Amino acid sequence: MLASLVGFLRDFELAEEAAQEAFALAAERWPRDGVPANPGAWLTVTARNRAIDRIRRERTLAAKTRQLEVPEVTIDELDETVIQDERLELIFTCCHPALALDAQVALTLRALGGLSTEEIARAFLVSEEAMKRRLSRAKTKIKATGIPFAVPAGHLLADRLDAVLAVVYLIYNEGYSDLPTRVDLAGEAIRLGRVLAALMPDEPEAHGLLALMQIQHARREARFAGEELVLLADQDRSLWDAQETAAGRTALQRALALRGRGPYVLQAAIASLQTEERIDWNEVAALYGQLAQLTRSPVVELNRAVAVAQAGATEQALEIVDGLDLDDYQYLHSTRGELLRRLGRTVEARAAYERALRLASSEPERRFLARRIAEL
Amino acid sequence: MKYAMLIHEKPGYTDALGEDERKDVFAEYMALTEDPRARGGARLQPVETATTVRVRDGQTLSTDGPYADTKEVFGGYYVFEAEDLDEAIELAARIPAARLGGAIEVRPLVER
Repeated sequence: MLASLVGFLRDFELAEEAAQEAFALAAERWPRDGVPANPGAWLTVTARNRAIDRIRRERTLAAKTRQLEVPEVTIDELDETVIQDERLELIFTCCHPALALDAQVALTLRALGGLSTEEIARAFLVSEEAMKRRLSRAKTKIKATGIPFAVPAGHLLADRLDAVLAVVYLIYNEGYSDLPTRVDLAGEAIRLGRVLAALMPDEPEAHGLLALMQIQHARREARFAGEELVLLADQDRSLWDAQETAAGRTALQRALALRGRGPYVLQAAIASLQTEERIDWNEVAALYGQLAQLTRSPVVELNRAVAVAQAGATEQALEIVDGLDLDDYQYLHSTRGELLRRLGRTVEARAAYERALRLASSEPERRFLARRIAEL
Repeated sequence: MKYAMLIHEKPGYTDALGEDERKDVFAEYMALTEDPRARGGARLQPVETATTVRVRDGQTLSTDGPYADTKEVFGGYYVFEAEDLDEAIELAARIPAARLGGAIEVRPLVER
């Protein structure tokens, strides 16, 4: 409903206020008069009419005269089919590149995720005031600079869809790396991913992202044993959410059926392979290779090296790792440590693990690395 | 909506171009001036001609040089009328300085 209001009014603040007024009115009237036959339509029509009244009263800019000329709509004229699902337009508006990334994330969660400002503030460890300001600035920018409420035109769509997917994945990762005491951002991201996949059924990357998130999310119960980090190979698979894995695999199939070979589809395929009983590491390495070509990311190459090592070619893996320019990346050093350990080069392994320990950013990771060093 | 496009150029960005390329770049600037959506604009003379003026405590202080002490030089501006920010961005991207090491700041005008 908010989406259709923003589409109609081209103004976030106004749409939100109108929606609130409509809900307040419903809370007042429905217990007394009974719930209307079509509650969604009632709310939308009421909200639109309130907004039109407000606009008329405030006599705002000439740009709004187009709305002033729109007659008040009655309930009879409006049925469900007329209310367009404008959530896709809303997502693209929220993720417009002219907005700062943290604003895109906050706005997406507010407008589409339905989280309260307070919940979003908590999720990102800022004060509610600060988050209110962030959202307010973003909404003002949308209005003042004429950010369009539209699904981008053909030639712009690919890049802009990448931006939307990146925002959703960012939200997912905020939830993924932290202990389960915060707002369930991972769950929110998956919900957003599902909406996106439903609204853009022919976009393989949308299905790919959903698949990736679901398959990773399925493992959430097994990633920690108490407060200790558990590597994928050591995880108790009975703790994996079978339904979520299956849902992820279904989304992946849809992406592959659409001939998707983009970065999210590849990552999802890799994640899916890693849920097999016996992992085909050569296949995983090959997929990382394709991904590396697309993204030119040394981190992806690092992951490929791990897959190569798991497939049995430890020396080759070490060669790949030594050729990477990732000196400040803790996982480079922890990977080197592991490879050197497997090759029996214990002294070098210790040095590498210690380097990783100095770069480690969380307590569970530090403890894990310390244990590794002790076991050498 | 009217948008100002403030052109920040990489100094000497046309020097590296061949004569034909320079002609093409000039033609692109002209084409933008003649776009039906153009509402004005100007090219500024080189940064060496800049003088910065401040008034403090009733005193006028003039100093040699541009206001911004940046690598990029403010070289000129356009004003375009566009439907929305995406259209404005597309126009800005056409300004040659944008792809030759510079940057275009796009800001809507205050309109009464």
